[in-house]
Amino acid sequence: MSNLPLTPDAVSEIVAIIDGSGYDRVDIKTDAFRLRLRREGGADNAAEGWTQDWSFAEAEAPAAADKVAPVEELPDGLLGIAAPLPGTFYRAPQPGAPAFVKEGDKVEKDTVVGIIETMKLMNPVHAGCTGTIEKVLVENSEMVDASATIMHVRPD
Amino acid sequence: MIKRLFIANRGEIALRIVRTAQRLGITTILGASQADATSLPGIQSDEVAIVGPAPSNQSYLDVDAVIAAAKAARADAIHPGYGFLSENARFAQAAADAGIIFVGPDISSLNAMGDKLMARKVGIEAGLPVVPGGEAADKEEALARAEETGFPVLLKAVSGGGGKGMRRVDRAEDLSAEIDAAMAEAQASFGDPRIYVERFIASGRHVEVQVLGDGEQAIHLGTRDCSIQRRFQKLVEEAPAPAMPDDKRAAIEDAAVRLTRHLNYRGAGTVEMLVDAESFDFYFLEMNARIQVEHPVTEAITGVDLIEQQILIADGNPLGIRQDDLSPTGHAIEVRINAEDPDAEFQPSPGTITRAAWPAGPGIRVDTHIATGGKVPPFYDSLIGKLIVHAATREEAVDKLAAALASMRIEGITTTANLHAKIAANAAFRKGGVDTRFFKEFAA
Repeated sequence: MSNLPLTPDAVSEIVAIIDGSGYDRVDIKTDAFRLRLRREGGADNAAEGWTQDWSFAEAEAPAAADKVAPVEELPDGLLGIAAPLPGTFYRAPQPGAPAFVKEGDKVEKDTVVGIIETMKLMNPVHAGCTGTIEKVLVENSEMVDASATIMHVRPD
Repeated sequence: MIKRLFIANRGEIALRIVRTAQRLGITTILGASQADATSLPGIQSDEVAIVGPAPSNQSYLDVDAVIAAAKAARADAIHPGYGFLSENARFAQAAADAGIIFVGPDISSLNAMGDKLMARKVGIEAGLPVVPGGEAADKEEALARAEETGFPVLLKAVSGGGGKGMRRVDRAEDLSAEIDAAMAEAQASFGDPRIYVERFIASGRHVEVQVLGDGEQAIHLGTRDCSIQRRFQKLVEEAPAPAMPDDKRAAIEDAAVRLTRHLNYRGAGTVEMLVDAESFDFYFLEMNARIQVEHPVTEAITGVDLIEQQILIADGNPLGIRQDDLSPTGHAIEVRINAEDPDAEFQPSPGTITRAAWPAGPGIRVDTHIATGGKVPPFYDSLIGKLIVHAATREEAVDKLAAALASMRIEGITTTANLHAKIAANAAFRKGGVDTRFFKEFAA
């Protein structure tokens, strides 16, 4: 762990100094970080202001692998229901309640087949196609990536 | 003396706390989930302790896991930030049992403000005005209350928050059905079906007062106006509350200090008031016994570092600031930049930030944990940063806000930045003093 090199106040001071100069960009790069300061707008854009753009060499290295639902090839003749967002997939509206759908159930385009919890919000997952649920590929409360296939549907 | 501070939170507030603690010479330990181990707060903190896997109920909300991690890290204090376990009395007690200082108020204060009805009762004891109404154990009582206060009324969940279980009822004949629905919603959301009845204030502003107390002395650091909300979620906050007569503002501040003294409150807190937008009559709602998301606007106008004050008070120091020491200057506005798509019903927009060019310069403060290449994981709330502007007058602050929003570039995900640019250009907002109906009308 290394600490960030400049405090927010220091960045403000640097911007105040270069604002009075003719420079429009400052690019500072070290082994640990890169800071790009840039004058935005001006000319036809009435708003003129500086931005700070930080990036870090060691930030966001791959974190411990989260469980991700398997992404399968779609078998011939079947349709897939894809996760609209990344998040935690739930098959039922609340713990202990019956699942929205089970294998063998008929679904219409707007049938709710599950919920994906993303950023504390519950987002309904719609079937998006008409047919019969052939297989549910994701366990309850499992993490899914966006566009991962959640269910197979046999079209009518 | 606090030497090793465990931060039981994530995101911008974790980074914010780390910065102040390090300035005070305190070693910081970030209690992070696996998803946040390499986040900016993790890089900035002196140490990282993993409290659990990504989902917050197995990490940031797991009292036993957080306390165990803090003990293992030999922390002598825990800062809970906001949200998560920050107002959880069981967590504060578990910290105390482990011999660790909880950077927050006494457990008695957490309990006193634990539910809305209790808060209301304590407010009345402290001599604060509350919205006419009261507890309604059953429908008959609810009807009687409603007839006392007059329609329309607002039904609220006793254990409520975030607008859930809150219902407006306009006519006596609708009351019975609405009570059933409100109780069911309250039970489902909070495990507590109790509701109470309040008079509905048609044009109200959400005004709150930042307070500090050391158990004996109490001071206020002025008002904040947080009337711009979407579904009871704050979007824009400013300090001081604009377009309000000085004597009315002073009365609100005095009431907040009275409550703080009544509670022998220790630490930083926020006293929330509902203010009638026309008469400026005010009613006490509740007290938030923690640091607030919007605390930087108060810091901007007072020059006080509220996190530092929290740490000093938790460490047993008497208040080092007297009311007379404070002379707030200028006007500050904060907007919350959320990873949400305002054009798609505020659907969350997690992902990887391909470019994060935040505004910079004098009078501009950005509290964020997101840099270029940063990730917004799907597990937590959608706040990716706060833009705070400070200027001599409100008019200048609004102009500065508009310019800053025009120059910032966040790419890779969708954010609420453009929505804020539209709010900053809105005539009613520019005039100041809008009520809580603003956003609904603005978005329509």
